[in-house]
This record gives sequence, structure tokens and C-alpha cells, in this order.
Amino acid sequence: MRNLNGNKSKFVYQVKGLNLWYGDKQVLKDINMKVLENEITAIIGPSGCGKSTFVKTLNRMTDNIPIVRTEGEILYNSQDIFNSEMKVEELRTKVGMVFQKPNPFPKSIFENVVYGPKIHGIKSKKTLMEIAEQSLRGAALWEEVKDRLSDNAYGLSGGQQQRLCIARTMAVSPEVILMDEPTASLDPVATMKIEELMEDLKKEYTIIIVTHNMQQAARISDKTAFFLSGELIEFDKTNKVFGNPADKRTEDYITGRFG
Amino acid sequence: MNKDGNEGFILKEDVKLMNEKMTRPEKEQVTFNKDRIAWRIGLNNFAKHLFFLSTVFAIVVLGILLYQIVVGSIGWLDWQFLTNNLSIFPEKAGIKGAIMGTLFLMMIVIPITLIIGVATAIYLEEYATEGRIQRIIKVNISNLASVPSVIFGLLGLTVFSRMLNLGPSILAGGLTMSLLVLPIVVVASQEALRSVPGFLREASYGMGADKWTTIWRVVLPISIPGIITGAILSISRAIGETAPLVVLGVPTLIMKIPTGIMDDFTVMPIQIYYWTLDTVLTPEYAYLASATIVVLLVTLFILNSVAIIIRNKFQKKF
Amino acid sequence: MESNNVREIIQQNIRKKNHFSDKLMPKIFLFMALISVVTTFGIVYTLIFDSIKFFSQVPISEVFSTKLSPLSKNPSFGFLPLLNGTFFTTIIAMLVAVPIGMGAAIYLSQFASEQIRKILKPVLEVLAGIPTIVYGFFAYSFVTPLLMKLIPSLGAKNVLSPGIVMGIMIIPMVASLSEDAMNAVPEIMKEGAMGLGSTKLETTTKVIIPASISGIVASVVLAISRAIGETMIVTIASGSAKNFTFDITQSMQTMTAYIVEFTSGDAGSGTVGYYSLYAVGLILFIFTLIINLIAQYIARKYREEY
Repeated sequence: MRNLNGNKSKFVYQVKGLNLWYGDKQVLKDINMKVLENEITAIIGPSGCGKSTFVKTLNRMTDNIPIVRTEGEILYNSQDIFNSEMKVEELRTKVGMVFQKPNPFPKSIFENVVYGPKIHGIKSKKTLMEIAEQSLRGAALWEEVKDRLSDNAYGLSGGQQQRLCIARTMAVSPEVILMDEPTASLDPVATMKIEELMEDLKKEYTIIIVTHNMQQAARISDKTAFFLSGELIEFDKTNKVFGNPADKRTEDYITGRFG
Repeated sequence: MNKDGNEGFILKEDVKLMNEKMTRPEKEQVTFNKDRIAWRIGLNNFAKHLFFLSTVFAIVVLGILLYQIVVGSIGWLDWQFLTNNLSIFPEKAGIKGAIMGTLFLMMIVIPITLIIGVATAIYLEEYATEGRIQRIIKVNISNLASVPSVIFGLLGLTVFSRMLNLGPSILAGGLTMSLLVLPIVVVASQEALRSVPGFLREASYGMGADKWTTIWRVVLPISIPGIITGAILSISRAIGETAPLVVLGVPTLIMKIPTGIMDDFTVMPIQIYYWTLDTVLTPEYAYLASATIVVLLVTLFILNSVAIIIRNKFQKKF
Repeated sequence: MESNNVREIIQQNIRKKNHFSDKLMPKIFLFMALISVVTTFGIVYTLIFDSIKFFSQVPISEVFSTKLSPLSKNPSFGFLPLLNGTFFTTIIAMLVAVPIGMGAAIYLSQFASEQIRKILKPVLEVLAGIPTIVYGFFAYSFVTPLLMKLIPSLGAKNVLSPGIVMGIMIIPMVASLSEDAMNAVPEIMKEGAMGLGSTKLETTTKVIIPASISGIVASVVLAISRAIGETMIVTIASGSAKNFTFDITQSMQTMTAYIVEFTSGDAGSGTVGYYSLYAVGLILFIFTLIINLIAQYIARKYREEY
């Protein structure tokens, strides 16, 4: 396989036999999946199918929920993320996350962006400023906020807040960005901006995006995974999944027969 | 409506029944006695006024109380009263010592309750997992909050004053008061921490922050207004509290102004207490007590206003 | 490239970081949280330790007698006068606080418009924030003289006046806790009754109060505990007569007032009189603890109802 740059591509994630339980309830059932570098992978499926839980497992955000129990392997760059050798803090800086609802801190725009670098020991004001500018440019927000970096982030619009969160994630230079329905709470214009942004992000980052919106998945992603009741039903190139699905259930879902 | 003989709880079935009845047109309704309806409405209005009066009653009493005290203080409350030392001659007596005592006491109470209270709240809200230790601490705090203050006085008398040999000093009084108001700070801080939305913690964890970093950099800064509000409320309580200090043995007559935390002291409420008791001998003491009450109430009013302003100003909407 | 540089530094820092504070902090916080538990143990220890000394010197039959004269040459430690004093002040306070507090709760939760409620509620809360010493002064120097005009035989120190004032002090507590309980009744129950043409009064008495009764009872129980533990009002206005009497126009001493009188008096450490303080404190502590546990139990039950 070759990726867009024509280089020999490598697997960022290899998920092998992943099972996950919330207490007694099994939420993910024997998931096997490989994610290629610098691709956008969309994860679709009806509410409660486990797609959100799945991406949260990829950077171990599920660690914070005491009743969650996992089984199986997730290799990140051929290193098992559940291995005790793997520091969860390290994993999360390499694999950033953007959430469903924009969640900037109630601080200034600048403080939001440099939160990550700061807590990870970057103190030089000059470096922080550079990181902030670079990240905000990367998230296509720089031009809109460069004159009011010290304003509170809550003064921004919803779409701007979400791009700020993307910039905040980029500030620690991750390799992968997980996005959990990042446009679910945004209006169509803001959604479009974020979709455009993702096209650019793809050049530098591997993106895994959960979306409820099938048009969005079809528009932006290279690969699409369809989850149903905790199972991975189908995972293939996006135009294959949408154009000629192999599984009847996938077809039913994308043609709107349920979900 | 309610089933006859069932005077206890309304069951869900009853509600269903009521709703069914509602949707079913009933002919009997037309035949309702008009006098009876008028009587029912009259009764309703009468009750409404009665309930209003009970609400207002308490407020009227508050008004009378304030009026009496303010009138009593007129002519006695002046700059000299605030800056003079205590004296057995009513005209010369001032409450400088009591004011200084209250200030000194707060210098002990504020840091101790804030540190222990906020730490306890952080433990309960952020670190403790559901389990025995967490339950013991929680039950303990809610019970501690309802232990009569005079019992804290006995604790202070026995442990701080006698066992640790601190005597009725500012330090002993401050420690006793700190324990007394600790539950207030804990509960207020818990609420403040709980009000920090989970998605902000998630954002921080998502950047690779560890738990303490998240608490220190994200959760605590957002909780500070709530914590300060709670701290002010606890201070108000400590400033007005009398019984524990009396039990601790804070002396009747202190002519000396305290200069350090090991000194004997008096505070405004104790001053009020002794002046009130001694009105039998010297009727003018009632005016001194009134004047001291005015100073005490104004102090509390200012503190509470600050708490309300902080709460309103920083009320974050997420 | 710049970003690779940043990535490198960050990853290095993370690998270096030992998370010392992340591991230490929970231990510090647990230690701090245990201070409140230690406080409770301190209270229990203090009370029991010296109470034992008291009960080993005073026969239990004497404790349950009506003769209390701790400072006489032949001291006697019958606690019934104290229990009696506490009982009467509490009863009078409840007779004032419960009906008026309930009335206020019903008015605020069922009848008052939002604007009126917004004004009345904070004013009512001011009452709860006034120090008890102020109420004590008010009872002694205003309410007692006022009542004397109605009841000429009223003593300068009596049970009636502090009882009433204590009741007034507790009104906001009953009102606010009962109001919370009434507001917790699901709207659908209320609408069901109103839809049938019930007046607000009928809805309140037949639907709201039955449905919130346990919350209301819990508020009353907590108010009782508060009244039993209240100290300064009764110390000032009810005095220190240690008679076993049912005449509320006369002075009686409560348990709390006894503790205050004795510690500020001359009872030297080591005497039976001194230990009697702790015995009374222990009884007071047990009383309020049991009552609070009952209130918590009732309140927990009511939270589970809906």
C-alpha cells in the first residue's frame, strides 16, 4: 500500500481482538482494525454502537472510568498501549483528541493553546508564542484571533471554539488526532470550515473521526468503518463502503433504513 | 382525588387515575354546588393570606430586632467606642480589644479551615473512590456539622486549652473555631469542585495532563469563587459564634489588647454576652451591647455582600 | 521542522517526569480529610473519658433525680431539671417554628409569584445568618419585658421568651428545608390535581404535603436538633435555676446553659462538678447525634421516592 505522498505507508494503529465492557455490558466486541498513516478514517454507526467508546480507547481516555474493562491489543506504532511500559501521558500527547462539544478552558485564547506545552515543561515565552501562532495558523484561526489572544476563549463562536480546541491539540505536536463528532454542535458554515481544515490537517496528521453525519464521512474520509452494536461490521475504502457495501446491514444504514 | 383512607403518599396510580378523569368529560361537574365552590375558593384565599402572614411574621420580627438594636446603639456607637479599650465605666468603654480579638481569631481560622477544608473536598471529590473511607468521611462531616457548638467548646477546653496547655489563648480559640466551621468550607468547596464540568477535565487529560496537574491548573482555578464564598460564610459563622469560646474559658474582662496568638483575648460576641448579663447591675451596658451588635452585624453584612458579589460575578455558565 | 522540535522536547519531558506530586498529593489530601474524622474521635473521646470519671462517682439513681445542686457542700447531680429545661425550650421553639416555617414554605413554594419569592427568600435567610448571641440579647432585653406586660408573673429569666425567640431563629431552617421538599414534588402530580379543579390549598394539603411529608418531617427533626443544641439564647434569657418545674414563666436551665455556666464559673478541674460537664455534654451529643441520624434516614428515604 502507498499513501498519498507515494511513500511506503505504515500502520499507525493495529487493533487486535479488542473487547470492552462497561460493568457487565459488553460495548465493543472483537474489533480488528488497522489505521494507515496520514489518512482520514471515519467511524460511523447508530447511537450507542460503541464508536465513541472505540476512539476514546485509542488514547486510553476510558482509563478514567473505573468500571471499564478491556481485553485485546491496540498497537500504536507497534507498541501495545495497554502495556505498562506505555505512559498514558505520552500516548495522549502523541494521540490528541477533539471532543464533541467545544471545550476550551475558561482562560484566554493564548492560555488555551499553550496549556499542553506549558504542562509538559515548555517555559520559554518566546517558544510558547511561536507554538501558539503555528497551532492557530494550523487550525485556520490565527487571522481571526491574532489581535485578541488575551481575550477569554468563551467570547469566540462555537465554530471558532472548536478550531481553538483543534489548535490546542496541535500545540503538543501529536501524530494522530482523534475527533469525536467534532461538528455535532456546530452550524453548517462552521462545520464546512472544519471539514476544509481537515483536508489540510491530513498532510501532517493521521485523523480518526467519529461522525453521525454520513455525508460528512463520505466527503472527507479515505476509509470508513461501520459499527453496529459494538461490532465492526465493515471497514474499507470510503467510496467502496458508500458505493458498494459488502454487508447488508451497512447498506441498510447508509441508505437510511435505520439509525 | 386521593383515595379515601389513604392519607399517606399519592401513588403513581392515583396520578394516572387523576389524569384519566381529566380527559373524561364528567357530567357531574355541572351539578357542583356553587356555594361550595365559593366556599372552597374563599378558604383558599384565606389560607393564602395566612401563609403570607407567616412568611412576613419572621421578617417583621427581624425588622423589630434591628430597630431595637439600632435605636439602642444611638448615642453610644461612635469612633471612640470602636477605638477605646474596655472600661467598667460605660461612657468610656470601647471594643477595640474585642475587634482586635476577632481579627486575630480570623488570622488563625481562615488559613486552617481553608487548607484543611479545601484539601478534604479535593480528596472527596477528585481522589476518593466509592468505598468505606469515603463514606466514613462523608457521614462524619455531615454529623460534625450538626454537633452543637458548645460541644466543640468542651473539645477545645479539654484538648487545646488543657492537654496542649494553650489556655484560653487566641490559638486555642482559633483551632476550636476552625474545627467548628470546617464542615461549611468542605461542603461549599465540594460543590464548587463538582460544578466544574467533566468536559474540561477531559480536555486536560486529553492533552496528557496527569490528575494533579488537571486539578491544579483547571479545576481549582474555576472553583475558587465558590470556595471563597464558602470560606466567607464560614468566617461569618466563626465571627458570630459565642458558646465555644465561653466554654473554652475566654475571660470576662480583658483590658489588654492582644499582641500575639498566645495572648488572652475577647471577641465581639463575648463582649455582648457579658454586657447583657451585667445589665442587671449597670443598665447602660444594654446600650453598649446594642452598639457592639451593630458593629457585629455590619461586619457580617459586609462579608455576606462580598460573598454574594463574588458568587454572582464569577458564576460561570458552561 | 519546528513542530518536530516541540514534539521532541515534550516527549523527553514526559519521559523524565516522575509524577511525584501526582502520587504524593492524594496522600496529603487523605491525611487532611481524616482530620475531620479525628475531630469526631476527639469529641467522643473527650466526652466519654471524663464522663466515666463522673459516672464512677455519682450513682445512676442520683443522675435520674430532680435535685441538681453541683456547688453546694453536699453536691447532688440530678440531671432531670436540665432535661426538663431543654425539653420545654425546645417544645416552645417548635410550636413557633413549625407552623410558621411550614406556612412560609407553603407560601413560597406554592402561592408566591417568582418576584415576591425572590425578595422574601433572601430576607428570610438573613434571619438565619444572625448570630445567636444577638437573639439572646433580643430575648432578654426586648421579648421578656414585652411578655411581662401580658403575663405580670413572668420572671426576668424564663423559658417562654427564649423558647419563642429560638423558634423565630429556626423558622428559616424549617421554611427552607420544607420548601425544598415541596419543590421536589413532580409537577405532574400538581397538575393532576389542579386539572381536576382543585384550589391551590387543596392541591397543597392533599397532594403536595402528603408527597413531601418525609422531607418536611426531616426538616422538623433537624430543627429539633438545632433547638436542643442552641446555647446562647437560653443561657442569657432562661437563666440558671436548677428547679424541676413545669412553669414556663420561670427560669429553667438547659443542658447547654449548664455547660456554659460551669465552664465560665469556678468549678476547678478534677472535681465531680467539673466532670459533670462532660456527662451533660455526652448526653447532649448523643441526643443530637441520634436525632440527626433519624433526620438523615428520613431524608434519604424521601430522595428515593421519585
